[in-house]
Amino acid sequence: MTYGLETAEHPEQLRRVAIDPVSRVEGHGKVTILLDDDDKVRQVRLHVVEFRGFERFIQGRPYWEVPVMVQRLCGICPVSHHLAASKAMDAIVGTKRLTPTAEKVRRLMHYGQILQSHALHFFHLCSPDLLFGFASEVAKRNIVGVAAAHPETARRGVLLRRFGQEVIRVTAGKRIHGTGSIPGGVNKSVTREERDVLLADIYDMVAWSRDAVALVKQLHGQDPALYNSFGVFRSGMMSLVAPDGALDFYDGSLRARDESGAILFDHVNYREYASYIREEVKPWSYMKFPFLSSLGAEKGWYKVGPLARVQNCDHIASPLADAERREFVDYAGGSPIHAPLAYHWTRMIEMLHAAETIKDLLHDDDIMGDDLVSTGEHAREGIGVIEAPRGTLIHHYRVNDDDLVTMCNLIVSTTHNNQAMNEAIRHVAKRYLSGHRLTEGLLNHIEVAIRAFDPCLSCATHALGQMALELTLVGADGVELDQLARHGDGTVSRSPP
Amino acid sequence: MSILDIDERLFTLLDKVEFDRSPITDIKEVGECDVGIIEGGLCNAENVEVLREFRRRCKVLVALGACAINGGLPAQRNHLSLPLLLQEVYRSEPGAEYGLIPNDPELPLPLNKVHPLHEVVRIDHFIPGCPPSADAIWQVLTGLLEGREHPLDHSLIHFD
Repeated sequence: MTYGLETAEHPEQLRRVAIDPVSRVEGHGKVTILLDDDDKVRQVRLHVVEFRGFERFIQGRPYWEVPVMVQRLCGICPVSHHLAASKAMDAIVGTKRLTPTAEKVRRLMHYGQILQSHALHFFHLCSPDLLFGFASEVAKRNIVGVAAAHPETARRGVLLRRFGQEVIRVTAGKRIHGTGSIPGGVNKSVTREERDVLLADIYDMVAWSRDAVALVKQLHGQDPALYNSFGVFRSGMMSLVAPDGALDFYDGSLRARDESGAILFDHVNYREYASYIREEVKPWSYMKFPFLSSLGAEKGWYKVGPLARVQNCDHIASPLADAERREFVDYAGGSPIHAPLAYHWTRMIEMLHAAETIKDLLHDDDIMGDDLVSTGEHAREGIGVIEAPRGTLIHHYRVNDDDLVTMCNLIVSTTHNNQAMNEAIRHVAKRYLSGHRLTEGLLNHIEVAIRAFDPCLSCATHALGQMALELTLVGADGVELDQLARHGDGTVSRSPP
Repeated sequence: MSILDIDERLFTLLDKVEFDRSPITDIKEVGECDVGIIEGGLCNAENVEVLREFRRRCKVLVALGACAINGGLPAQRNHLSLPLLLQEVYRSEPGAEYGLIPNDPELPLPLNKVHPLHEVVRIDHFIPGCPPSADAIWQVLTGLLEGREHPLDHSLIHFD
């Protein structure tokens, strides 16, 4: 593993091409490519350009507000933030074990979210590249084009997402930014009527998810050379696994493997995450670069998300998804698959698992129970970790005697994949862009690699950045509203009022 | 993305409108538009540029959601000092290495405060909520297509 193409020696002598903004992803980012006189690619970077400041402004808020606040990090996976924060706050209120109703309702909520998010990313955002080709017509390369050319695929994508959103609405109160999960449990369970409405559709969702796996397999089969080699780089991987090694999106312990699949650590209590993971800051992105501390920044970065989870676990607890997992693992003869496009295949396997699990939970009467909350002795620190659609999500808080948050640290899924995404686009750039006149279609290859990871760039930008100039913001009426503070060398000075 | 919560009504919409720059298309520059919908508050210089450009090219501009209307949750940083925030997130957070603060020219300059959109440009319609309900979004879109002066019923005007 090297940082080839990360930093060119004389950037001032090179020509800059930007992909700005990266489209069909959640949030804002851009890619810059530096080329020499022979059109050879010398530097490629994915810049995350937003800034938020959640870790700091969450301080001073009462802990019970946090699960509702922090989900505003994201419009696609708010439930993951809602639940990761809730799990951290379970520790604050001293919950040793959730009631069966609370645990199952939270799981239902989370699996609903995995289903809707995976459907959204595959069908609405990524399928146009895969169905029409990476360099196909821009006007057609979107869900509108898919609806025209493959109406049934588009319809199922929309309805799978709708179903997942309805599961969330029933368990969280509303589809986006619900309030169902609270420290120590949940504030509502599922009524019989709500359950019956969901049960009426779930069998279609399982069947359609199975068809979606078949669709991705068919795409791989049509052009294995492309799918197996596009943007390939080797790296370790990390995810939560259940005590028996099963894939688990809601809870478990941390397991990491190296690039050849050998286990680096296993069944690590996630409350110990800080002993295993550190984060590097680079000047050209607001998003940090996590790595396994035992291996160091240069060798210790890793992948998270569907491709990591499906290969990191020992099995999947639902039968249809597990059969698909075995087929996927056999595809490469047992060695790890690192191909970014295989994210889509594993994502659909996970969507099938989510649909099967929702079906089982809907048949479990515990979701209709009324024992919703359990608490115990208050604590001052809470850490919650969950497998969000895009990968491992870490929330860490401390509170004071007045129950106000004094410390917040978040490592979101897309941040874990930061180095991996950068490596993928450098491989793509080297192979497809170097020595060519850059066309829109060629540049879209870079975006195809980024989309494979399913990045959520707005989640990833909870941190704040540095400024290098001074500007003034003037309102529509000519009144000066704000200034941009000035900083040049990384030192922090006082900003203008 | 909350527009997608209109579910199958998306296909009805697609028969009547053409999407320009949006999170679900690959169009990078804003063209001439009849209706522009914009979400999120103004956090950095680039947001301001995009908004002004958008205003110039759209006949009708709609602010969607709490952040666009009043800065939303990100505006909670407005009472804090930006340099101290940077310091904290990049230099004193647990697990953070190499105490530098990102400062590359490719990164847009953050504003000291998060601003709502109407402070900088004229906004024609507001859809409140975090996010607004799919029904509210749908009613505004269909209302504008039908040329109604008040495309959102009073009953749908509420936050959350």
